[in-house]
Amino acid sequence: MNVLDGWQDKPLDDILWLCRELVEDAEFPTVRRWREAGGKVLGHFQVYFPEEIAHAAGMLPVKVAGAPVEARHADSHFGSYLCSILRSSLELALTGRLELDMFVTHPICDAARNLAGIWARNFSYPAQILYLPQNANSAYAVPYLRDEYDRLRRDIEQVVGRPVTDEAIRRSIEVFNENRRLIRELYAIKRETPWLLSVDEAYVLVAIGGRIPREEHNELLRAVIPMIRERQAPRQDKIRVVFEGGFCEQPPLDMLRAIGQSCYVVDDDLLIGLRWILDDVPTEGDPLYNLADAYINMSSYSPVQHDLRKPKEKMLLERIRNARAEAAIITAAKMCEPGLDEQVAYAKALDEAGIPYFVSEFEQKMTSFDHLQIQLETFVENILFV
Amino acid sequence: MSTATVAQPELVGRGNKEGAALFRQWFRELTEAQERGEHAAYVFVMGSMAEVLKAFDFHLVFPEINSLQTAVRHVALDYLNEAEDYGYSPDICGYVKADVAVQLRGGEHPMGRIPRPSLAVATNACNTYIKWAEIWERFYHVPVFTFDIPGTRQAYTRADVGSPDFERDRRYVEHQLQELIALCEEITGTPFDVDKLRQVLHNANVMSRNWARVLELNRERPAVFNALTEGTIYLGVANALRGTPDGADYFVRLVEEMEYKVAHGIGTLPEEKYRLIFVGVPCYPIFRRFYEFFAEWGGVFVNSTYLWFASGGFNRGFQYDLERPLESLATGILLSVSDAMDSMFFQDRVLAHMVADYHVDGIVFHPIKSCRTVSTGLADTRRAVMAQTDVLTLYIESDMMDQRVVSEAQLKNRIDAFFEGLATRKLQAGAA
Repeated sequence: MNVLDGWQDKPLDDILWLCRELVEDAEFPTVRRWREAGGKVLGHFQVYFPEEIAHAAGMLPVKVAGAPVEARHADSHFGSYLCSILRSSLELALTGRLELDMFVTHPICDAARNLAGIWARNFSYPAQILYLPQNANSAYAVPYLRDEYDRLRRDIEQVVGRPVTDEAIRRSIEVFNENRRLIRELYAIKRETPWLLSVDEAYVLVAIGGRIPREEHNELLRAVIPMIRERQAPRQDKIRVVFEGGFCEQPPLDMLRAIGQSCYVVDDDLLIGLRWILDDVPTEGDPLYNLADAYINMSSYSPVQHDLRKPKEKMLLERIRNARAEAAIITAAKMCEPGLDEQVAYAKALDEAGIPYFVSEFEQKMTSFDHLQIQLETFVENILFV
Repeated sequence: MSTATVAQPELVGRGNKEGAALFRQWFRELTEAQERGEHAAYVFVMGSMAEVLKAFDFHLVFPEINSLQTAVRHVALDYLNEAEDYGYSPDICGYVKADVAVQLRGGEHPMGRIPRPSLAVATNACNTYIKWAEIWERFYHVPVFTFDIPGTRQAYTRADVGSPDFERDRRYVEHQLQELIALCEEITGTPFDVDKLRQVLHNANVMSRNWARVLELNRERPAVFNALTEGTIYLGVANALRGTPDGADYFVRLVEEMEYKVAHGIGTLPEEKYRLIFVGVPCYPIFRRFYEFFAEWGGVFVNSTYLWFASGGFNRGFQYDLERPLESLATGILLSVSDAMDSMFFQDRVLAHMVADYHVDGIVFHPIKSCRTVSTGLADTRRAVMAQTDVLTLYIESDMMDQRVVSEAQLKNRIDAFFEGLATRKLQAGAA
């Protein structure tokens, strides 16, 4: 069944508008349609989750990344000094806007790992922590993760009431490999011809993938990528920047739009979990081992994973270099310990490399960006005219 | 007549004095370590890997302890400001920032001089540990070993020792132990000596067994120690001297003192009126005053989740099997650190049991700005505990480091109101 209809045969701008509406819709209509048709939903908190395993079980894996909603119910479950994504994610669940059959969080940060307990105390469906390895450099990390994925598979089997075979996971890997290839194509467009695709447009095209079956997302991307390439859009006098800081809580779409007014965002870490694996996962052999190996050895970087092979500031410089960016926008969600910690390292590294950067903080529920836009324009002018 | 019942008033308070002396000695040794060019490892209280590191004669540096010492000594704000000037946000962990300032000052600290690290070991028990260790990696270019210890996956379910799920996790931990040992050999140039490890494990066994006993003895009325204040001294020794003969001796003598106090009905307060549990991290910037807010009402903290998680689960009393040292160490680390994590993430039922076991009148939840590991789930846990038990609870927010977010007057008002509620309840119970 299709949960996203009405875009086929529409012009690109209409499709982008539809995606934007859906990505901003805190009622999750696509997920609701899936459930109404009898489908089960696995909600997974940021950053990365092996969605292939849920997909192979016939579940809809949904990214739980909060939404710009008032945390009227969730606030009484939390203290004062927390990021918005935590509050709004719980709010979505408590108010029934996002109904799940299973919830998975990760030890990505001190706050997120508390969610399994909070969910268990408030909902009747299973909630758990998927212990993605934090010691990426142990020779045993991949075998461990393979077994952890197998444990997850068994838990998912309990939810769906049937076995999840290796063959089914292999088929899912193929679907997700195609998805990652298409997203890479989208990012190549952003990098090579950024005037054809603004940061907010690219964002909604990727983000919708976290709310619909991946086959439908593939179909959508296959249709829009040629349309974007054929777009008649003039090249403008904007600077090329990398946006960093969107690995977990997502900046409001209007903030991205405001940035897009004065910058070409040629690469970023927005929703990095959907692009965490950098190449095709092999479909031969043990599919769980292949997924585990890809997570450790064929992956991007983020402030919530320590890997001696990938010092974050060096990875950022590489991202800037590869994207031929002139500057960086270094953001962090308010109250986000990993993001705020990393800002310092990024700033020092950029200082040393002589790369201009713009520092800011954001919050999911922010609504006014006039001040940010003025500051950013001043920053851009300093680069363009100095 | 047992030793516990012989009149030995000099025993009372011995643990506090000896603990403070051992602490001063430990800081002196750290100061001298740098001068002597000896190896120091930066570690954390939840999963310090002291057993392995002590077998290689590393000096253990606990930056968490260094940081809290600046708060207790009322100089934390200077350190925090320095780190914020360097670029760190006001909204991150105060321990991290105080330590950054210590490092920027070349190790200068109110208790001595902190040596530079040869190695840093960070477990995943707190994610900020990993971010913190990355700072040293950048400052000193030393090896950072991120030791991964998988915890409980679903609330109230834990894989039994020997079950396939437990064994899978244990193998991962044991493999990392071997990798850590290889790294220690490389850094120190000393081959691993399994007999030396056995000796450390033996000392740790003595400490752990007696630490569990000390906690158990506080079930008695009156409570023999205050978990918030005296407990923190014991906790410091449990961490800093883990696996050492001095540490083992200290805890044997501490049990002797506590058993003596139980036998003679000597409580930590002159008059114990209310028995409380503390959940969270202490308010170090006003440590003494914070204690007094409760003690003045006759409130004593008989237990605290802090003594569990901040000892890395040492409270469990796990006994290493010296015949199978590495395998047993892996089991012990997995169980103890998982337990520490559970006492933060899945604690509601444990607290409800503790209310009964320790005859508790009230629970104080103290989330803090600095630590999201401990604080994120506390409001929700409080709701769950209130649904499971009949005790009064208090929820007060402040910080463990930053006096700018500690409002003494507000805290006192809330605490006074809490005790008025407890008093009313006691009166009503008496009248019924």
